[in-house]
Amino acid sequence: MSDVQVPLTTKKDWASDQEVRWCPGCGDYSILSAVQMLMPDLGMRREKTVFISGIGCSSRFPYYMNTYGLHSIHGRALPMATGLAVSRPDLDVWVVTGDGDALSIGGNHLIHALRRNVNLTILLFNNQIYGLTKGQYSPTSEEGKVTKSTPFGSVDHPFNPVALALGAEATFVARTHDLDRTHMMETFRRAHDHLGAGFVEIYQNCNVFNDGAFDKITAREARPRMLIPLVHGRPVRFGADNELGVVVDAQGQARIVAVADVGEDAILLHDERRDDPGLAFLLSHLARGPSEPTPIGVFRAVERPDYGALLNHQVVAAAERLGPGDLSDLLASGTTWQT
Amino acid sequence: MTETAGHPLHELEKVVIRFAGDSGDGMQLTGDRFSVSSAIFGNDLSTVPDYPAEIRAPAGTLAGVSAFQIHISDHDILTPGDSPNVLVAMNPAALRANLKDMAAGSTLIVNVDAFVDRNLAKAGYDENPLADGSLSGFTVFEVPMTSLTLEAAKPSGAKSRDAERSKNFFALGLVSWMYSRPAELTLTWIEQKFAKAPTVAEANTLAFKAGYNFGETAELVGGPFTVKATAFKPGTYTSISGNTALAWGLVAAGQLAKLPVFLASYPITPASDILHELSKRQNFGVRTMQAEDEIAAVGAALGAAYGGHLGVTTTSGPGMDLKSETVGLAISLELPLVVIDVQRGGPSTGLPTKTEQADLLMAMYGRHGEAPLPIIAARTPGHCFYAAIEAVRIALKYRTPVILLSDGYLANSAEPWRLPRVDELPDISVGYATGPNATDADGKDEFLPYLRDPETLARPWAVPGTAGLEHRVGGLEKADRTGAISYEGDNHELMVRMRAAKIAGIAADIPPLDLDDPGGDADVLVLGWGSTYGSIVAAVERLRRRGKKVARAHLVHLNPFPADLGDVLSRYRKVFVPENNLGQLTALIRAEFLVDARAITKVQGQRFLYSEIEAAVLALMEA
Repeated sequence: MSDVQVPLTTKKDWASDQEVRWCPGCGDYSILSAVQMLMPDLGMRREKTVFISGIGCSSRFPYYMNTYGLHSIHGRALPMATGLAVSRPDLDVWVVTGDGDALSIGGNHLIHALRRNVNLTILLFNNQIYGLTKGQYSPTSEEGKVTKSTPFGSVDHPFNPVALALGAEATFVARTHDLDRTHMMETFRRAHDHLGAGFVEIYQNCNVFNDGAFDKITAREARPRMLIPLVHGRPVRFGADNELGVVVDAQGQARIVAVADVGEDAILLHDERRDDPGLAFLLSHLARGPSEPTPIGVFRAVERPDYGALLNHQVVAAAERLGPGDLSDLLASGTTWQT
Repeated sequence: MTETAGHPLHELEKVVIRFAGDSGDGMQLTGDRFSVSSAIFGNDLSTVPDYPAEIRAPAGTLAGVSAFQIHISDHDILTPGDSPNVLVAMNPAALRANLKDMAAGSTLIVNVDAFVDRNLAKAGYDENPLADGSLSGFTVFEVPMTSLTLEAAKPSGAKSRDAERSKNFFALGLVSWMYSRPAELTLTWIEQKFAKAPTVAEANTLAFKAGYNFGETAELVGGPFTVKATAFKPGTYTSISGNTALAWGLVAAGQLAKLPVFLASYPITPASDILHELSKRQNFGVRTMQAEDEIAAVGAALGAAYGGHLGVTTTSGPGMDLKSETVGLAISLELPLVVIDVQRGGPSTGLPTKTEQADLLMAMYGRHGEAPLPIIAARTPGHCFYAAIEAVRIALKYRTPVILLSDGYLANSAEPWRLPRVDELPDISVGYATGPNATDADGKDEFLPYLRDPETLARPWAVPGTAGLEHRVGGLEKADRTGAISYEGDNHELMVRMRAAKIAGIAADIPPLDLDDPGGDADVLVLGWGSTYGSIVAAVERLRRRGKKVARAHLVHLNPFPADLGDVLSRYRKVFVPENNLGQLTALIRAEFLVDARAITKVQGQRFLYSEIEAAVLALMEA
């Protein structure tokens, strides 16, 4: 059967008939909208598209997409997505997860999916709180966080999801936030088009249990001096007049400087294709949390064969080398005798 | 008695031999080669290995003893035998660790070179048992295997340290002579196996011949013996272990279902060999994935099943604990999935290399909520092949996870297995949903993911990639027919009962109980499941020879039970259930059928001996 041209679709075609049931004002709405708006541009078919999630507020996402969808169990979206993506490389598989789902109960699966470079697009909604269970601290909550389960303040040190992904040698690592639809769509597109695991951390506001967690950096008036856009091949600069920049100093630390103080040539040139993730890692630690100037955009985008392609290549090669398996031959492959 | 090479040849009906040595002594290889010679010679046989949990336990210690037992016979046998007739002990530890299983009057062949002070001390002997009279009840042959091997291997040019490693071939040669096994087979095998290391091949060949000739010239009392060929059902046979049979059964099931097999597993004893075997079968379209943990393994298998592949995961008890939640999801998603549990001693890490049947109730009940699923148990190594196909058949037809129970004993023991004709195996393909299955209120075609087949109650298997059937599923309770999320109480009860009815209905799709009651007048039934099959059959045969009227039946399907089980049970005054646990099937039978079933139990990490079952049944009959 020859493949006919992918039919043109609109955002509406990608929305299911289910009523969206996140709390009014939740950041998840804008992420859903950005994804639904992006889908018609990706040239994919609805029936070939699968959204897989775990458990948590964000994991309701698949119900709202008019595609195939699997709402699995807590922390286990990635293993299921891996099994699907590896066995069905013809599909476009997305994983929607949260900071608890991907970094706490499912943390092991995240690092392994990333190191294997499974061909998935992974959207991690980071709201730094457990929303569905009504307000406990999460593995990305800041130290000292007062929640229902930490009435005297959290003594846990948080994960930095971008640094974690880089540490797991993810081939595509990016960050965006729920108040910038254009940036989200462009980042999701890049993650989707990336061959292998495209990992995106999305700063997402939970207006009920952790309202304003990212206000200091994502509020419209704060963005110029608090968000540091990473653009491949360009100096890492920000500020209302691009007056600030990032340098790596003699001690190997990334620091924010006034461009006027060091000169334009001293500013770090962003190279997302750098094989060594060291500089990307430095950038990921530039801010200790979303209260300091924070890089957003693509930290790393390098090429490495994906796990499913390699495995499927082996399967094809084995059949070519050995011929398609013959069951009778297999059963008689040991020592046999007749009676 | 016939004569050969000047020696009288004594015919035996059967013999049980155990090879025991240090884990580095190659006892498994020796046993395996003896098995192959015996199989090709035409004997029925059954084997079982017994090796330490530690990979490299200290040499010469009791913990490091590795053994391999083989039972050869001129008639059908079903177990590796109770008490060995012959023990080959390569060192004092091997003697000490195995002597308790040897009956008075049996034969001990010991490598006397190894019975030096240091080794005796390591084995915990204060006195040399060869010298202190403690073995006077046995026939002991002291053979200087190490020194004879070194001497024999000299022409090969192997260094003495390397040549010494050939002493297992000396032992194999000696025992091959004792039991009139053809030498050529082993010699050819050595040549092929060690083709890349000619010095080793030569040393092994010389050692084997030296052992063989030693038997001949030393005129070991009583030998040589022979065990006549068995009258097998005509066909082509191979020697198969339970784990290999499971792996091949899965390959076969994939072909019979016309589906690619996707196996995701995490290494665990004693199940890993299934992963190893299937990993070699990529040319059958088999994909294997070594997952990061047990949970990821079952998750990936379920993800592949969602995509229309034959999803399988293999594990043992500790892995079953971890997979429970995902198995529950598979029950809720109503997708086909096969979970193979090669049971070992538990709880917790328990006895990783030892056998047990104590996961039955976990398979039955080990999930939260009302979460029934079909359970199949393999009963012999060869039966594992068919059990795998049956598990896949049920999983596909009823869109349900199936737990297939094997155990450490089946996994590693081996028996001659008549190769099935591939064209006689059943077609178990089911097909995917291809289009809408209902009409909505406006007369428009629609797809209802939870609209059930009225006969099987299975829902459609609609795989991603199928245009028009896009739908969302998950672990939340689903509305009947539409599959939409539903928190409604009546719907939940309906769905709980529907899922239970679907599994219970499988009883109509499985064979009746395989009741064995030759006279039809027994009033005692011995009911078993799983790997106790061989020992139970042998025990019941012995009871009948004593004139006892005993019926026997063995369950392959443990959930649901065969439809006639209750009826059969009600016909017997007494029901005894031998199992390697504290009475798990017994509990199910009592609960389900209100019969006064009595358990015969053994939880020592070892299979039942038939004599143990025989004695227990006798005692219960007379009680």
